[in-house]
Amino acid sequence: MTAEKSFQRRTFFPASLIAGGLFNYGLALLMLFLCVSPAVAGLSETIEQVQPKMVKIYGAGGFRGLESYQSGFLISPDGHVLTAFTHVLDTEYLTVVLADGRRFDAKMLGADPRLEVAVLKIEAEQLPYFDLREAVSLQPGARVLAFSNLFGVAFGDEPVSVQKGTVAVAANLAARRGVFESPYRGPVYVLDVTTNNPGAAGGALVTFSGQLAGMLGKELRNSLNHTWLNYALPIAELRQSVEDICAGRFVAERDPSAAKPSRHVELGALGIILVPDVLERTPPYVDQVLPDSPAARAGLRADDLILLCNDRLVQSCKMLAAELEFIGAEEPLKLTVQRGQDLLEFSLHTPKDAL
Amino acid sequence: MNTTVHLFADFVCALLTAFQAIAADDVKQPSAAVLEAQSQRIAVIEKALPAVLAVFPPTGRGGGSGVVISPDGYALTNFHVVLPCGKAMKCGMADGKVYDAVLVGIDPTGDVALIKLFGRDDFPFVELADSDKLCVGDWVFAAGNPFLLAADLQPTVTFGLVSGVHRYQYPSGTLLEYADCIQTDAAINPGNSGGPLFNMSGQVVGINGRGSFEKRGRVHVGAAYAISSNQIKNFLGALRGGRIVDHATLGAIVASDEQGRPVIDEILEDSDAYRRGLREGDEIVAFGGRPITSANGFKNALGIFPKGWRVPLSFRRDGRRYDILVRLAGVHGEEELLEKAGTIKREEKQPMPLPEPPDQPNPTPPENPQKKPPFNLRPARIEPPLPEIVAKHYQEKRGFANYYFNVQEQRRVWQAWQAQGKPLPAERAWLLAGERAEGGPFSLRIDDAGVALKLTSAEFNWTPGDEFALNLQPPHSGGLLTALYLWRRLAKEGLERFGDVYYFGAAPLAEQPGLMDVLIGSYKGVDCRFYFEPQEGRLLALEFFADPEADPCEVYFSDYRQLDGYWMPARMEVRYGNDVFAVLNFNTWRTEPEAAPPANSHP
Repeated sequence: MTAEKSFQRRTFFPASLIAGGLFNYGLALLMLFLCVSPAVAGLSETIEQVQPKMVKIYGAGGFRGLESYQSGFLISPDGHVLTAFTHVLDTEYLTVVLADGRRFDAKMLGADPRLEVAVLKIEAEQLPYFDLREAVSLQPGARVLAFSNLFGVAFGDEPVSVQKGTVAVAANLAARRGVFESPYRGPVYVLDVTTNNPGAAGGALVTFSGQLAGMLGKELRNSLNHTWLNYALPIAELRQSVEDICAGRFVAERDPSAAKPSRHVELGALGIILVPDVLERTPPYVDQVLPDSPAARAGLRADDLILLCNDRLVQSCKMLAAELEFIGAEEPLKLTVQRGQDLLEFSLHTPKDAL
Repeated sequence: MNTTVHLFADFVCALLTAFQAIAADDVKQPSAAVLEAQSQRIAVIEKALPAVLAVFPPTGRGGGSGVVISPDGYALTNFHVVLPCGKAMKCGMADGKVYDAVLVGIDPTGDVALIKLFGRDDFPFVELADSDKLCVGDWVFAAGNPFLLAADLQPTVTFGLVSGVHRYQYPSGTLLEYADCIQTDAAINPGNSGGPLFNMSGQVVGINGRGSFEKRGRVHVGAAYAISSNQIKNFLGALRGGRIVDHATLGAIVASDEQGRPVIDEILEDSDAYRRGLREGDEIVAFGGRPITSANGFKNALGIFPKGWRVPLSFRRDGRRYDILVRLAGVHGEEELLEKAGTIKREEKQPMPLPEPPDQPNPTPPENPQKKPPFNLRPARIEPPLPEIVAKHYQEKRGFANYYFNVQEQRRVWQAWQAQGKPLPAERAWLLAGERAEGGPFSLRIDDAGVALKLTSAEFNWTPGDEFALNLQPPHSGGLLTALYLWRRLAKEGLERFGDVYYFGAAPLAEQPGLMDVLIGSYKGVDCRFYFEPQEGRLLALEFFADPEADPCEVYFSDYRQLDGYWMPARMEVRYGNDVFAVLNFNTWRTEPEAAPPANSHP
């Protein structure tokens, strides 16, 4: 017990370090951890406190090696769930299972494709949750616990899996450009433990005392050497997006009774032809860009996948068509598209002769 | 060069800072405590490692891990580790020596095998922990022979925490179901199979045998599974008896209803559970002493029991709770189990290319990722002759992994009965008399010619014909008189002449605490189970099955008293189905005074 207490005291950044103006605190801390290491007593209390905030998410997938499950955690007492934006969420039939085994139909409130985060909502109240404003930042050497339903091991009211590890480095994912297939380039916590397994995306990274620090990202394989990255997105990087989603940006649904312009923007007039809409949810891929059109001049290309339309999430050709009805023909149209691993933004104006 | 100097300067700064921090006034004490904890951990590991095994097939190709659990050399490993070995294996220990070992018993479904080492009577060993006390977040360490690294036979130790308990992992192929297992993030790699997972007291909480392997190749990815020590304890008696042990089924399908409650979806009408009153739509609330809240939870609770055990089950119907004891049937038919236990063996005889050396990293993911146990099945191309010591301890018999050990266990139980709980001499007829609990005297005469029960109002007689399954007396007892005849017959004829006797293993008995040693005797087409208390060697119950698919006649003996050096029960309770048939209190036991005519009535 004594050991645990003093260990936690040690995790605080010693004031003398800042006073001394020493910047290499990462290494210093790492050495401290090497000196005063792993004799931490049971972590049961922390785990008991975190488990009720974790959820299991079931959605699309289940074929060709794509899992149909992932992880998430509650971020409000009334059922907001933070998770990773992956193929699993690409369905209208999302199920969230709470730690106590209760099952809920969930809807996707919105997603930010740039960070690959999504917020789900279930109809429930008085739930235990992580307050994102209380999330902490981590330094290299920080010891962490990762909570996730990796490999879908847990069902129903069974608690999700817990792993322990250390933050090896906090670094930008873009450091090796082109190596990882992710549009996100910002900072991540790289971990020394195999956390990012199938089903683990959306899991929580917490300190040994249970403070939220990060969200486990989707699986990323290094395209050069086929190794896999184990990492979490710092909550500080996600907070703004989550607030935006909760405030109505990047959301998937809008009030159908909202006022519509008398004449709305049309993709054809911008020179964009989408793939044929043959599925229930056909991803809105650009099939063709007409030469000399506004789209061509802006740099849009065939095979670009449209993710956001004026910052609203569009997951299918139908949703895109519905969204366009709310945008006036004379208004600028902002499209956020995915091209390979890059997210690109285009602002398009309908030509005057087409108005 | 500049960079080097700069880095060095940084390093020195960091070093100074670190020491500065450590030198701060509140730091000295904690680091001492932490170092103390660390040296404790080292001490625990040092104490545990001598019992850890590297298990190799006699051909020397492939292998796994194991752990010794008794000073006379009994050791646990995985079924899938011993499969390529056959009857004999070589076991390396941390003392640098290699010991011969023989296969004792297997649990193919649960992926457990018991082996026995030779060459010492003071093997270093570790004890099995109570794995139900393990919590998520507890520290654990695994020891074994990952990637077959231990050329010097020194076990490799990996450290981690418990990621989950009571996990269910679906069967890999048709066997190797991991129910109620322990999940850990301690690194478990190919070659670790069969090795122990220890708690921080150095007790075995599980046997490592499986990992989640998908697209990243057959290396540890942070989720490995160990068979819980409590499950192994349930099977250990049968394993020591050299058996091929089957897992259990309720004879009913438990599924989640709309509210997620575990309910009976389908039930076989010839199952014991059905006869005890369980029906479709009943909600399971507890099983095996454990509350059940989900269908998955039920699968976990069921997966730790061997075939043939009787386990308490509680269910709810129309708001009322019912508590019953159910007799569990086997998952497999007898033939099916033998076939499955030997399946890989037969394939093994096919010529197979040698797999890649296991320590070569494979950067490209496998094309067909599958969940498999972490081991390489390497073909034993030429089976070398058995070492002499192994041959001496191996006896082939259909249905057994090694019948030699069954004989040893039969003799142990028999000798304990004779030494401490010896019944009346059975050369002559047994004459027993007393009062029925519900009033009125009774007398019993049991001898080779038959059994007679006299009550005030009625008399029942039974004589041994050719078909013991017929003529059950008295009516509604399930065949009490036959059961009593078989009781005396075992005492009189012993293991060799009773009929066909084998040691079943350890099993619970109704309300009795702990596990009993169970012998099963077959004679004239019927089975009788004899339950012996393991410490005192006394016979506490017998169950006579006139029909293996129907309820037995259960006879419980208690209140043992000594009489001229013999032990006989003062109370006998007879149950059949859901009812108590009779309770008999004895005040007289004796053998017939004059020598009875020679026992020529039995064949």
